Amino acid sequence: MNNSLAVVLIASGIAYGTPLLFASLGELLAERSGVLNLGVEGMMLVGAVTGFWTVQRFHAATAVTLLLALVVAAVAGAAMASILAVLVITLRANQIVTGLALTIFAGAAGLSSYLGNDLNLADQPAHHAFQAFLPNSMQNWPIVGPILFGQNPLVYFSWVCVIVIALYLSRTRPGLNLRSVGESPAAADTMGIDVTRYRYVHTLLGGAFAGLGGATITLAITPQWVDGITGGAGWIAIALVIFAFWRPELCLVGAYFFGALQALAPQLQARNITLGPTVLWTNALPYLMTIFVLVVVSSGTARRRLGAPSALGVPYVREEH
Amino acid sequence: MAEASAPAIETIGITKRFPGVVANDRVDFSALPGEVHALLGENGAGKTTLSHILTGLYRPDQGEVRLFGEPVSFTCPRDAIDAGVCMVHQHFRLVERFTVAENLVLGDRHGAGRHFLIHPRAVDGQVRELGKRYRLPVDPRAHVWQLSVGEQQRVEILNALYQNARVLFLDEPTAVLTPEEADTLFETLRQMAAEQRTVIFISHKLHEVMAVSDRVTVLRDGRVVGTVETAEATPQSLTALMVGHELQTVTRTPSASVREENILEAQDLWVDGDRGLPAVKGVSLRVRAGEIVAIAGVAGNGQRELADAVTGLRAPTHGEIRVGDRKLKKGDPRAAFDAGIRYVPEDRLGTGVAPSLSIAWNLALRAYRHLARGPVLPLRKMRTDAERAIDAYEIKASGPAMMAANLSGGNLQKLVIAREFSGEMKLLVAASPTRGLDVAAVETVHSHLLEAASSGAGVILISEDLDEILALNDRVVVMYEGELNEVEDRTSVEEIGLRMAGTNPEPPAEAAVPADRTSSGSPPA
Repeated sequence: MNNSLAVVLIASGIAYGTPLLFASLGELLAERSGVLNLGVEGMMLVGAVTGFWTVQRFHAATAVTLLLALVVAAVAGAAMASILAVLVITLRANQIVTGLALTIFAGAAGLSSYLGNDLNLADQPAHHAFQAFLPNSMQNWPIVGPILFGQNPLVYFSWVCVIVIALYLSRTRPGLNLRSVGESPAAADTMGIDVTRYRYVHTLLGGAFAGLGGATITLAITPQWVDGITGGAGWIAIALVIFAFWRPELCLVGAYFFGALQALAPQLQARNITLGPTVLWTNALPYLMTIFVLVVVSSGTARRRLGAPSALGVPYVREEH
Repeated sequence: MAEASAPAIETIGITKRFPGVVANDRVDFSALPGEVHALLGENGAGKTTLSHILTGLYRPDQGEVRLFGEPVSFTCPRDAIDAGVCMVHQHFRLVERFTVAENLVLGDRHGAGRHFLIHPRAVDGQVRELGKRYRLPVDPRAHVWQLSVGEQQRVEILNALYQNARVLFLDEPTAVLTPEEADTLFETLRQMAAEQRTVIFISHKLHEVMAVSDRVTVLRDGRVVGTVETAEATPQSLTALMVGHELQTVTRTPSASVREENILEAQDLWVDGDRGLPAVKGVSLRVRAGEIVAIAGVAGNGQRELADAVTGLRAPTHGEIRVGDRKLKKGDPRAAFDAGIRYVPEDRLGTGVAPSLSIAWNLALRAYRHLARGPVLPLRKMRTDAERAIDAYEIKASGPAMMAANLSGGNLQKLVIAREFSGEMKLLVAASPTRGLDVAAVETVHSHLLEAASSGAGVILISEDLDEILALNDRVVVMYEGELNEVEDRTSVEEIGLRMAGTNPEPPAEAAVPADRTSSGSPPA
């Protein structure tokens, strides 16, 4: 039963969806503060390469090394995001252009591949990787075993993040402040909320989550470094935030849906179910949907109707002389 | 705190300079606890600048601010709020997607909503209680975007009261209200004053200042020209202070130029608004040659859509428009222009001109098809035409090459008028043509409207300004929720006001319907 296509798809959808989930949670935090971060893909790649570098070069117990790798990846992602933050928050540069530039700078054939080459990371098996750790007896439970208990620790950590972020947004004062900064920075400013600080903090947090998302790929899903390993996951994450109406719990659903789509083709192949040219479609589906979502929501009215933060993409200038 | 007789808020020699202008020049101003103090002056006189300094948005270049006798220095609005000085801005500082209660919690530093964890209902009771006490009824759970503009203003005032404001500034608060709502607001302000709070009411409307204030400080060109007891002032004396001389108001003998010749005839016109819902609902309108038809009403009742339909910017979904004896093509601005329809739009900078083009180019926007030789524009002729227009319309500009965006409001409006008055004008549609202009510019615009009428054109004047409507109209209709209602007595402020609030004046009992019922019943605009 645990080998049925549905169970395997759900279980691996959760695993494959986790990098997307981390990255989209980060994007959600940045966007809720009013900053559209299109550099996610680049930040994920930088996180992926630095995280992988850490497990290859740092010799300690597996748990310590992996934990350190996550920290390094998150810091690297946040460092990339700090470039974005300075440019778009302090210098009020165009967020779309800056984000794209950052992805080009950091992404495939950019900084991340330079690091990968320079540090000779490519085509090596990982020294450490996140793996399922719960007792086999639990993992073997019918249906829920592989889905709920057969996952690596990062999956459980992402669930904690979803809950914490959801409560943060809806139930705490900083969360309320954050939402006001993204909706109406002028009102927030009048009420004494430091718009710039909130935007910086959440943009950097967003970068850290993107870095974590990238590291999830190289440390858990396919423990190795290949140039451009994220394969557009950052773009899917951006679309996911919109898909999820800027709500963390819906990010989880969407991430697992896209994750399952990604798992579909390999699973079908593994089962010798040949779809012929259709396999191209299943591979392309996440990207096609991403393009579709991005096109649909690129109009301002559609975004507003879906619940986008009103000040998303708009630099804040205090009315002051 | 100093003794009780100290002014609640006081400025000594406040000076504030912006590039090229002195917005406040050694301003001495003081307001006492328990008074409603009006700050009166034309646009650009420095009222808003002064209030922004006193509420922490601007820092003065020189001078001192004292609060209850103690010198204070606010570096941001929050400092002022913490000291009990709040402001209701013309553009509300509310988070539209939040509920009323969430908006109050957002600024809460001392009340029930100050904790790290938020209980959305923690302040509901207080909101209701404050609302009852100050006649500011609002549902604390309602989202701000669902509220009418008048209700949103109540939320702003509630917020100030919730922050325990001792000094409250209101910047042109009645601009968005019906006369009835304004009266209710005045009662609220009086009550706040009765509780020893200080209310500073910024306005350029004399009758409101006379109605609500205890004292008036008049600003002109950034200087205080006098502070007087309202009881001892007259509208004439205040005007004299405001503009420096007694004004000759434009007066008009009604129907002086009206001829029995239909210029415009609209039949059962339906026009959709931006949200795809009907904004104009079955309007029929007739304008005769030489007639000024004033359309009164609070903004957002379909005036803009009606003007857009007549000028071809928006296609009506139903009904027809006839100019003279010819049917007007729907939704075709060029056809409307060719039929002799001219438009002075409400949004003069965004719709009226192309802000980054020069005066000469803006003037050619209508005429370029006749001017051009093939694809080539005669730049020299455009420049000389522009020079002539600058002289004829007394546009204060450095020359034809000056960018339209750099013109002041009054001069921008003159530019729009200069362009629209070209060619054979049959109908002029003027939407809020004097909003935000100073008194001198208002006079100029009014004289141009009269000139259009006396030259035999029909004029549709869409305005919220009752003084303007009373001064110029041959006939008044009120637009309310997409429908037009003829006003019987074209000189009756009362009848126009009641109809603007959606009340039919005939049965007097109905006039008691609270204004918020009519406003909250409509879909969000």
